[in-house]
Amino acid sequence: MILLWYILIPAVAAPLAWLAGRRSEVAARWIAVAGTAAPLALVAGQWIAAAGTLGETFAASGPGAAGLVAGSWIADLKTAWIESLGISFFLAADGLTLIMLLLTFALGLLAVLCSWRGITQRVGVFHLMVLWTVAGLAGVFLALDLFLFYFFFEMMLIPMYFLIAVWGHERRIYSAIKFFIFTQVSGLLMLVAIIALVFIHGRETGVYTFDFTQLLGTPMAASTAFLLMLGFFAAFAVKLPAWPLHTWLPDAHTDAPTAGSVLLAGVLIKIGAYGMLRFMVPLFPGAVAEFRTWALVLGVVGVIYGAVLAYAQSDMKRLVAYTSVSHMGFVLIGVFAWNELALQGVILQLVCHALSTGALFILVGGLQDRIHTRDLGKMGGLWQVAPRMGGTAMFFAMASLGLPGLGNFVAEFLILAGVWQVSEWAAVLGAVGLVFATVYALWMMQRAFQGEETHGLRFADLTKIETGIFASMIAALVLLGFWPQPLITTARQTVDGLQRMTAQSALAQPADPGEAAAAAAETETAGGDEGGAP
Amino acid sequence: MTVTWGDLLTVSPLIALTLAAVAVMLAAAFFRSHALALGITLGGLAAAFGTLFVAASRAERDVTPLVRMDAYALLFIGLLAAAAAVVVLFSWGYLDRFRVHPEEYYVLLLTATLGGATLAASTHFASFFLGLEILSVSLYGLIVYAVYRDEAVEAAVKYLVLAGATSAFLVFGMALVYAQTGTMTAAGVSDLVAGLGDDVVATIGLVMLLVGIGFKLAVVPFHMWTPDVYEGAPAPVTAYVATVSKGAVFALLLRFLLPVSSDQGSTVFLALTAVAIASMVAGNLLALRQDNVKRILAYSSIAHLGYLLVAFLATGERAGLAVGFYLIAYFATTLAAFGVVTVLSPPDRDADRIDDYRGLGSRRPVPAAVFTVVLLSLAGMPLTMGFIGKFVIVTAGSGAALWAMVIVLVATSTIGLYYYTRLIVAMYVRRRDEAGPAATPLPAAPGGTLGVSVLGVLTLFLLVFGVYPQPLLRLVEHAVSVLPWP
Repeated sequence: MILLWYILIPAVAAPLAWLAGRRSEVAARWIAVAGTAAPLALVAGQWIAAAGTLGETFAASGPGAAGLVAGSWIADLKTAWIESLGISFFLAADGLTLIMLLLTFALGLLAVLCSWRGITQRVGVFHLMVLWTVAGLAGVFLALDLFLFYFFFEMMLIPMYFLIAVWGHERRIYSAIKFFIFTQVSGLLMLVAIIALVFIHGRETGVYTFDFTQLLGTPMAASTAFLLMLGFFAAFAVKLPAWPLHTWLPDAHTDAPTAGSVLLAGVLIKIGAYGMLRFMVPLFPGAVAEFRTWALVLGVVGVIYGAVLAYAQSDMKRLVAYTSVSHMGFVLIGVFAWNELALQGVILQLVCHALSTGALFILVGGLQDRIHTRDLGKMGGLWQVAPRMGGTAMFFAMASLGLPGLGNFVAEFLILAGVWQVSEWAAVLGAVGLVFATVYALWMMQRAFQGEETHGLRFADLTKIETGIFASMIAALVLLGFWPQPLITTARQTVDGLQRMTAQSALAQPADPGEAAAAAAETETAGGDEGGAP
Repeated sequence: MTVTWGDLLTVSPLIALTLAAVAVMLAAAFFRSHALALGITLGGLAAAFGTLFVAASRAERDVTPLVRMDAYALLFIGLLAAAAAVVVLFSWGYLDRFRVHPEEYYVLLLTATLGGATLAASTHFASFFLGLEILSVSLYGLIVYAVYRDEAVEAAVKYLVLAGATSAFLVFGMALVYAQTGTMTAAGVSDLVAGLGDDVVATIGLVMLLVGIGFKLAVVPFHMWTPDVYEGAPAPVTAYVATVSKGAVFALLLRFLLPVSSDQGSTVFLALTAVAIASMVAGNLLALRQDNVKRILAYSSIAHLGYLLVAFLATGERAGLAVGFYLIAYFATTLAAFGVVTVLSPPDRDADRIDDYRGLGSRRPVPAAVFTVVLLSLAGMPLTMGFIGKFVIVTAGSGAALWAMVIVLVATSTIGLYYYTRLIVAMYVRRRDEAGPAATPLPAAPGGTLGVSVLGVLTLFLLVFGVYPQPLLRLVEHAVSVLPWP
């Protein structure tokens, strides 16, 4: 039942904020704070209560596929919904879900807080949209019925569309429509794949159901599985975004209001990774193994391409947006490496990227509110004007380039270590991407904050709210950098279950069959590394 | 053949509609009052709706060879009557401003509904043709009701000519089918379709029937009349043409030509596949270039009928479920869409320019919110019935492995997103590049309160059954189960 509250609290707070906003803007803001903080507290409570069991792994002779999914739940809720079509209202949470929910509500709260001064138009409706997005995101991470998943997946598009189109910047209409259409097309492809899967399962067993646990392990021809897997991959690769389907992201992130960018970069694009982990790979492990080489190529290209393009930007927000493309390239290669190291790295990367990029977007948004431009050419020497802002920017730029001691470093290191076991060249090229990251991060700092202040800009340094936001994000990143163990423990059972589910497939083998023999010796060494992992 | 009292009870919904039309006419002869006519009309529609339950409590039966009152017919008669009632409620504020006596408008609306209801229950060429003509002839009068507008006259003449040609096609098709089979019943036509083979004359007959039906449904390539008629007719009448007239014909299509979907290689099937694909593609593409809201909705309805054809061509009860549910969703959405146009229209014209909708979000928040929900439903977004509707159609299409059509449906509904969101943007976003004075806002229309409350009810309907469609799905499932599925 508690799972339902995660969706209901923001969903109910949304119209309340709107109604309150017609009388008092401050009331709308506080309702939005309550609507995200309350579920955040609930998730934290549930996390602490379940902390003991989440780190356990399954017994060697583990249960079947469905049992492996169900075995890691700490709570679930299943009621009939649309029986005529075999659809149930099915929510469940495991360690991964809790992490994603924490992220959703924390960034939702930050999105509300960072709009405190920046949003002055139609405040009530704005918070309606933010809360509605948060509710949809929570639903996406909780749903285990594929129809329900798709339902939430599409539902949160609408408020995000309005957030960009109404409160956005220069090319907001173009960007909003582009975002909407990209996501919708890919989502429909996934819908067709879902329905086809349900029919294949139905013909086989006579049971037409959208229940993910029952659809696991549906026998089908390899070519069919590959097509269906591509349907899912299309949806998640657009969300993630993977090169070359990323073109909506720089536009949408740049033109969205700060809160929108934070939710987009922090949570929304994580659905891509989550969907791959939760649904795509367990449903079609064989097809994923077949597709692995291509996905690694796409991921590596994304890492390098995103970093190079970030360097070339003169719009600071667009620069940050392109860094997301690069970081999500790591996530893609990590998912397709599919071993414990890489998967733990992916989950850690989701959290750390959300924090570091979210913070950078809040920072750019704050800067834009003050100097009314995002053009790096019109900045320079801002450290002298606003030293606290400069220091904060420096910290998050370092986090973004993967400085050891911060969470992002641990995440990317784990991913690369995991990818190495599968494909050395992908790991090497991914590591090259880290060099490019250094270049764009330092270049951004140089152009915006270092040097001489020549444009006569004078503005106030960070406000109390902003200082509080950044302090909490810095603390979280440092903590994850030095002590990522709690997060790793939380996701361990999920990761273990995911791996066991696919243990029988080709996914457990090295990627390139040609290299397999040559890599045999390497795998042994890599296996040795695993014991020494943090 | 005798007609018993039991038979009369079973067809009481049709009788109620007939009596109501007569009553409005008689009342107008003695006492001219808009309110009275409206009251009798609503009463007649309510009686038709209420007697459905009487008819439903009796065993399904053929009343004469012409009509069959089964759960399927009752569901559609109910749907048509409800839609007509909504149109009547929209018409009140709309007609009141003309300061004329609009009683005949209601008579025509009732007879048109009677025609539609006959089509839904028809199992025979005679009742098919009779119902269609009652419907069409009433529509001529309704479309030209605002006779002082040039577009209205143009629309009515266009509709008259094309509907006349359609009738000719239909009658000739019927004659050919009869010549080959010696039967005029729906069952006979179904048998003919099932065992068609190389019979050239019968095939020509069937194709002519389909041409006639295609005109009424306004699917490509028989869609030419739609944008002009939608634009020229008064907004409530457009709502009626878009829903009742098309819905009734679709109900009939399922009853007469059900076995078409069982042979995916037959000529008729391939022809209908081409029509469905062309409708989805052309409807959505042509809507992109329109600046008139009624024309956008006209092209979008062409596309939606294309989606419905996909469901029709999928086999089995799942297809029936999809058709039934999608039609209900389409009815509610379309009625609400034209309802918004109606309540916004000033006395001298219909609010059909995109400029009329700029900034609507702040000027008239309730119609704007309703229109947003409607457009999202047309685009098939979650929380609305349009989403569930599109989902059941894709389910039906995939179940029958109609992959080409499903892929086209998916691709074209994305095109649809563009023009639906364009309207939403117009309502809520003030573009920075708009120099000069903003478009002059429309004056508030008189008698809008009733219309707005009906809009509220429709929106609620769309949202409630968009989130929890199970009761409606079960109802449709029950209704379509009586059809002779192959």
